[in-house]
Amino acid sequence: MIPFGQVMGVAAPMMAPNVDTDVIMPKMFLKGVDRSGLGEGAFNLLRFSGGKPNPDFILNQDGYRNACFLVVGPNFGCGSSREHAVWGLQQLGIRALIGTSFAGIFNDNCANNGLLTISLDPGVVAGLARAVADSSRNDVTIDLPAQTIQFDCGRRSIGFDIEPDRKEAFLTGRDFIASTLVFADDIRAFEARHRAENPWIV
Amino acid sequence: MAARTLYDKLVDAHVVRNLDDSGLVLLYVDRTVLNEYTSPQAFAGLRAAGRKVWNPKAALMVVDHVNPTAAQRTRAMPDRGAARQVDYFAENARDFGIEYFDILDPRQGIEHVVAPEQGLVMPGMVIAAGDSHSTAYGAFGALGYGIGTSDIEHYLATSTVRYRRLKTMRIHLTGAAPLGVTPKDIVMEVIRRIGADGATGYAVEFSGPVVSNMSVEGRIVISIMIVEAGARGVVIAPDRKVLDYLKGRPRSPKGEMWERAARSWLALSSDPDARFDRELTLDVSEVAPLVTWGTSPDQAIAVTGTVPYPAQQAAPDREAAAMRALSYMGLTPGTPIQSVSIDFAFIGSCTNSRIEDLRDAAEIFRGRRVAEGVRAIVVPGSTQVRAQAEAEGLAKVFTDAGVEWRQSGCSMCLAMNDDVLKPGERCASSTNRNFEGRQGPGARTHLMSPAMVAAAAVTGRITDVRSLLGGARQ
Repeated sequence: MIPFGQVMGVAAPMMAPNVDTDVIMPKMFLKGVDRSGLGEGAFNLLRFSGGKPNPDFILNQDGYRNACFLVVGPNFGCGSSREHAVWGLQQLGIRALIGTSFAGIFNDNCANNGLLTISLDPGVVAGLARAVADSSRNDVTIDLPAQTIQFDCGRRSIGFDIEPDRKEAFLTGRDFIASTLVFADDIRAFEARHRAENPWIV
Repeated sequence: MAARTLYDKLVDAHVVRNLDDSGLVLLYVDRTVLNEYTSPQAFAGLRAAGRKVWNPKAALMVVDHVNPTAAQRTRAMPDRGAARQVDYFAENARDFGIEYFDILDPRQGIEHVVAPEQGLVMPGMVIAAGDSHSTAYGAFGALGYGIGTSDIEHYLATSTVRYRRLKTMRIHLTGAAPLGVTPKDIVMEVIRRIGADGATGYAVEFSGPVVSNMSVEGRIVISIMIVEAGARGVVIAPDRKVLDYLKGRPRSPKGEMWERAARSWLALSSDPDARFDRELTLDVSEVAPLVTWGTSPDQAIAVTGTVPYPAQQAAPDREAAAMRALSYMGLTPGTPIQSVSIDFAFIGSCTNSRIEDLRDAAEIFRGRRVAEGVRAIVVPGSTQVRAQAEAEGLAKVFTDAGVEWRQSGCSMCLAMNDDVLKPGERCASSTNRNFEGRQGPGARTHLMSPAMVAAAAVTGRITDVRSLLGGARQ
């Protein structure tokens, strides 16, 4: 996964509730066996209309085309487990999502790929969304080591919580499988005990 | 030891080790089932790193998402991408030594229908799989939940997942379901009440007399569909009905081992004084057949109701979402939902494609015809369900009514195959998601029970199924 330290860039507000992974990555882009081509797929049915960029969509508007953060509404990423949604957001250049709540599978998929999700109180998210809705002050800096978000031309800063293990994994871009396989003996020992207790499981 | 919920007991029994002080654990996973569209990048990752599958016997691979459902089954796929996915899937099954049901296998079907049919799902297990509707397995007293592709790869390589314990919610169902009210309506009512994120971050346990009286297949419906409220895991305490369902299945234990397993399984339940982080009780006597009007599964009303005014929504962001949903759906507030005509009727999906669903639908279709201008299809959940429906005469009821009787697959639940609606087409659907574009770009989906879909199909508009039940004939 891509390590995340201090990242600066444009944040775009996308405050609709329940933005689902079908909207983030429509089915037409799910026919691959690799991760390529998903940048085109991200928000495809919202971004394009009749083959042309849809001017109503925030990421097609002046000042937001290079957004690397999204400030999002509640339950972002609900629905299908498709990790293609996360790969597509990353290929579109999105590095972090700031919102009130994220759907469970989507949130795990983000963590596994280095797409940072930050959960904050609704009032704080609404304030941030209002600030970045002005394209003259939509630059944001997310400092993961310091656990802060700076916005409003550096005049305002908010802190955020993240579990220590998650933070460390984001900072280092950890290979989770390799770190789990360090415990291979524990897994084998567990498996032997578990099968002895539940011999019908094979 | 303090009183524990069934969820906590299942998690406790699968912790390999703690990973930090904040509750992150390495959780052992007993089983998975894999499909052709969320697994390829996981296998590619294993190949790139030169890793093996830890326990190939614990996995099953089934083609279900991209295959056609045309009545005449062949190996041909609807497009090159789908063909490549199925070829790669077969290659991975062979190279990693995992059991594989291809499209012509008589055991093929939707993964969540097939795994229980094969007896792969047992009470007490943890089953994580690369599809959000893997909560299905909660119906059997297993902890079932969905994972993404990276976690599939992690599972395949280690038989574990990194896991953070969830909060617990008990949904207690009391009363007696009125005529025409099915498990689908009950779970849609729960979702309507708590919202599309009402169970986000929770493992849900369903309990109460309604659940005890519900068939195993009904329990699967509520276990799957509660995902649309954000539930990240589901459990239901196993009982005799679960045992009856599992006994004699190909992979179920036999003989003395069955007796031992059954004793162990019947002991699985939450302690009487276990505490849940959230408790919810629903008297199902008050529930009516439901139908969605919007583009989120919580945007639902009783079939006797009218399309709501956005200003009736609780919060400003919900009002804006409702306005957008009504515009997408082409609906006007105040319209009786029963006056809304449909173009298409779909009965299928992991939620509602089992034999009991097909029986419910057939009861409505028997002696009636699909309305002029409506196209109706039934896609059974598995090839075995298809065979059973044919043996019971249900298939003939469907075809006599003018319904297309298809082969099994996920089909129009997510429209990854060639079963896709055209922009603007309106579908009465027994599926679980009414998202924008879900059944095709611009397509409009109304979620409801299979019997309600059948009722809409024969009248040509959204219809209260109760007007067609109990011998009532138009």
